[in-house]
Amino acid sequence: MIGSDLVVYEEEFHRIDEELQKLHQQSNAKVVFLVDKNGQLIASAGDTHNLDTTSLASLTAGNIAATGGIARLLGEKEFTVLFHEGEKDNIHLSLIGQRIILVVIFDNRSSLGLVRLRVKKASEFLTKIFDEITHKAEKEKKEGKFEEFPFAEISDEDIDNLFR
Amino acid sequence: MSFINYSSREINCKIVYYGPGLCGKTTNLQYIYKRTNPEHKGKLISLATESERTLFFDFLPLALGDIKGFKIRFHLYTVPGQVFYAASRKLILKGVDGLVFVADSQIERMEANMESLDDLKINLTEQGYDLEKLPFIMQHNKRDLPHIVPVEDINRLLNHRNVQWFEAVAVSGSGVFETLKNIAKQVLFELKKHY
Repeated sequence: MIGSDLVVYEEEFHRIDEELQKLHQQSNAKVVFLVDKNGQLIASAGDTHNLDTTSLASLTAGNIAATGGIARLLGEKEFTVLFHEGEKDNIHLSLIGQRIILVVIFDNRSSLGLVRLRVKKASEFLTKIFDEITHKAEKEKKEGKFEEFPFAEISDEDIDNLFR
Repeated sequence: MSFINYSSREINCKIVYYGPGLCGKTTNLQYIYKRTNPEHKGKLISLATESERTLFFDFLPLALGDIKGFKIRFHLYTVPGQVFYAASRKLILKGVDGLVFVADSQIERMEANMESLDDLKINLTEQGYDLEKLPFIMQHNKRDLPHIVPVEDINRLLNHRNVQWFEAVAVSGSGVFETLKNIAKQVLFELKKHY
């Protein structure tokens, strides 16, 4: 498990954020967000004010996990794209680099074709960033860096305070 | 697998409540939800059947506060306890940072407890985890019921590793926060060890 933590630094986060903003604009989507396969929301773009993004993140990850389970039962490695069509809103889910889920919510101001096209382009770029994040974490681990890790000095009292 | 975001200064950890059907996993989460300040919690999501049995999972996000300027968020999950949901149960364990095994203290449920604990070990191994190395706590639930096994016997049957354990009555909340607080503590200390 060690080394599989996902650590995102400021610099990479901004690049991810920029890419999501771009995808949001170019695909005419309502909301775009990135979730890791364990259900943690990584970043989002668009109007998320009225959305419970935390719950959405957990449920989309559950959705992808269940679909992945079905895929393996059928002898497929994974289904990399999922699409749910609603009366007004639609949701497009795609896997990026086996670890991250890209979610696009859109209505009739966009179309499935446009979303698919833009998602494909963004995926390539995002895959690259997440590869870099993984390499960076491995390198820092090897070199014993992480000195600014906030928990180096954590105490029992700090944790007790969380529950007051 | 924790998610550490230096940009938004957040640390996210996943805690899973495991155990046999009807042992009180969902009840634990419901009590935590009921007793947590609204600004510290998100929605409690339950993917359940019509008879309120967990079908896929329950999910409760908690943001309890800051440590050293980092927001600490815990995502609590339960698994479906019923034996035939094995495939779904496995999926929930993905990326787990800490585990609570909720044991049903009733005499007639001991076998189900043991079966569920074995199932947990198998599922963890399949995902590449080792229960021995994960933050892990046991909760002996339903201590208020009449025909229950003494805690020493439950520990002898289930708690071979002698991990931290708590007695609980999840419906009334007794032992629920104690369990949560201690698993949270173990998870955060484990995270500290990684770096």
